[in-house]
Amino acid sequence: MYNITAMFEKTFRGGVHPAQHKELTVDKRIKSIPAPPEIILPLTQHIGAPNNPLIGPGDVVKEGQRIAESESFVSAPVHSSVSGRVKAIRNFFNPVHGMARAAIIENDGKNEDEPFVAARLHQDFTGQGEDPGALPKEKLINIIKEAGIVGLGGAAFPTHVKLKIPKGKKVDTLIANGAECEPYLTCDHRLMIEKTGKIIKGIYLAAGILGVKNIFVAVEQNKLSAAFAFEKTIREIKGSSRQNIPIRVTVLKTKYPQGGEKQLVKAILGKEIPPGKLPLDVGSVIQNVGTCLALYEAVYEGKPLIERCVTLSGSCLREPGNFIVRLGTPLKDAVKFCGGFTEPPAKIIAGGPMMGITQYTLDAPIIKGTAGVVFLSKKETEIPEELPCVRCGRCVDICPVNLLPTEIMRMVKYSRWHRMEELHPSDCIECGACSYACLSKIPLVQYIKLAKQKELKKK
Amino acid sequence: MENRLYVSPGPHIFAKGSMPKTMRDVIIALMPAVFASIYFFRARAVILFVVSIVSCVVFEAVIQILMKRKVTISDMSAIVTGILFAMNMPPALPLWACVLGCFIAIGLAKQLFGGLGNNMFNPVFLGRAFLAAAFPTFMTTWNNPITLDATTGATPLGMVKFSHDLSVNYANLFIGNVSGSVGETSALALIIGGLYLLARKAIDWRIPFSYIGTVFIVGAIAGMVAPADYAGGLFYILAGGLLIGAIFMATDPVTSPVTKKGRWIFGAGCGVITMVIRLWGGLPEGVMYSVLLMNAVTPLLNRLTRPRRYGT
Repeated sequence: MYNITAMFEKTFRGGVHPAQHKELTVDKRIKSIPAPPEIILPLTQHIGAPNNPLIGPGDVVKEGQRIAESESFVSAPVHSSVSGRVKAIRNFFNPVHGMARAAIIENDGKNEDEPFVAARLHQDFTGQGEDPGALPKEKLINIIKEAGIVGLGGAAFPTHVKLKIPKGKKVDTLIANGAECEPYLTCDHRLMIEKTGKIIKGIYLAAGILGVKNIFVAVEQNKLSAAFAFEKTIREIKGSSRQNIPIRVTVLKTKYPQGGEKQLVKAILGKEIPPGKLPLDVGSVIQNVGTCLALYEAVYEGKPLIERCVTLSGSCLREPGNFIVRLGTPLKDAVKFCGGFTEPPAKIIAGGPMMGITQYTLDAPIIKGTAGVVFLSKKETEIPEELPCVRCGRCVDICPVNLLPTEIMRMVKYSRWHRMEELHPSDCIECGACSYACLSKIPLVQYIKLAKQKELKKK
Repeated sequence: MENRLYVSPGPHIFAKGSMPKTMRDVIIALMPAVFASIYFFRARAVILFVVSIVSCVVFEAVIQILMKRKVTISDMSAIVTGILFAMNMPPALPLWACVLGCFIAIGLAKQLFGGLGNNMFNPVFLGRAFLAAAFPTFMTTWNNPITLDATTGATPLGMVKFSHDLSVNYANLFIGNVSGSVGETSALALIIGGLYLLARKAIDWRIPFSYIGTVFIVGAIAGMVAPADYAGGLFYILAGGLLIGAIFMATDPVTSPVTKKGRWIFGAGCGVITMVIRLWGGLPEGVMYSVLLMNAVTPLLNRLTRPRRYGT
């Protein structure tokens, strides 16, 4: 018997239903894109303290060699994804920041890899065939930090920070996030089908570090195949594993932004995260399923984060699909591997079409936070004209965090900053559902972001 | 790369539908009632529609040019105002009064407040209120349907209120074969339009539901308490401007609350005020004033019914 809780789909209040377009890639097995002749590795690919380079122009680096790091705890080092020679360290196109310092490395094609430094940390244990997952949790957190793992859902927050619970906080629930609510993206869906066992081991690693009692895997209703894969694998490993915490696969309604942390916690646990608080404050930690796979690979296979699964999709791409891509691979090499364009794209989006960032050059690289790249034709995308708000209230109905986007927009337009606080723009999760739903095509989320910044400055 | 790439913040995709498309839906929804008015009031209705639509569109364009604003007649909101204005006028209204009313609606109620989306009051009803105050005789001269005989004060509501004539022909009331404003008489046609709007999600059901429901309840109670003076709940729904008011006027999103709770209160408030005027006021009809009064409290309702802050 499957114990998937699909009797009624859990969800949150509000949200929107954009066209999914996942059919373009959902049935495509994950392929590897060969390492490109040259990689562009931004020195900082996480949210937190910026990294400093450990190498200089002319240096020869090996695959997996650490090339940038920071002293700060809230940071994640970057490792070279190829072996070769460092051509330069300079400002270069960045998919998130426009321009940022990056190491440009020429691939020598020798694939010489350096043993992952963290692998040595637990050599003594693995040597005797012991389960590295049984290492003390401080050591595991250290391995994860050394491996440079960040949240692969797109936020790129250092994972080891999320796994280290501050003193005084208690966490009892881990949610593995496989909701993947952005249209077009299917990389998490494919990983959940193709690497189920490894993801489950990664989930148990995180659960062990956190010491939680409850584990959930969250998928949207359009990923039932992933839910079944989990159920099957969970039953298979039940006898052999000494892990006895049950993993509950939870099917959620297909609705954007179902994968948001606040929305997941509400849908699964029925709890609302208070303003300005984290899932941690209601006793839960959320890890993307791709991140869980990276945890497994770091701890069990001694592999730092030098590649990730990326969905390359959109109607302009000849052969869209899901690919394991070396970090730093320029978009142009990835596009070439997909057979090029059927028609010139009008918009190139790093991430999904709801929250993703438009790119202006194919020279920009794929980095840790890039879950997908979507190439939209002129027909599919538009930069619509902003019309007057007729106060239809759609934005109010769909806001997943109970804001009044239209009122905030008015206050911004009329510069009524003194009355902004009562509308709580700081609660905005910036999902963009209001802009999506707006009949007058008003970029509401931009107005709210502006209000948010002003509010932050006041404090 | 040769072709140009768009660079913009997200989201990069948008829901179907747009504000002008919603305006178009409202126009389509008004068509059954427009045809009914032309059937019952013949050439008078046609003339009023033409004069009213043309004046509203021309006033909108001219005022926008004079105020150095972008001319936005293509959003079709002025056409909607024009159609609704004619529908809320008595058939024998002099055409110059119609033009004047449209000027008040577009110029004073809409453009002076900042144009579409910024007006506090329903433009059609503000224009009508002006005419009712300035030219009360014109605004209370009614014609019988089809024959267009002039009969003074003989709307169904007037008959019940002033003549205590409770012999209501519900069939005529339902199809619209009674005297009244050009577009308000046919309940059937208005309901068809309302169902279309609901199906297209162009209006929120809460306002018409709470408005009509309140009128029905108050009317039914009044009919039970004093059966000799008041007709029943159904009469007060079908008679006068209640259906056009509840379906097309009170639901104007610009002048009604943005919150669901606010819309419930807005509709119920309209219903109560309408019935207070109809049952105890000096006028037989109160839809216009009820909507205008509730328009005035809409900013307050928006404030009072703000959603609970998430996570508190």
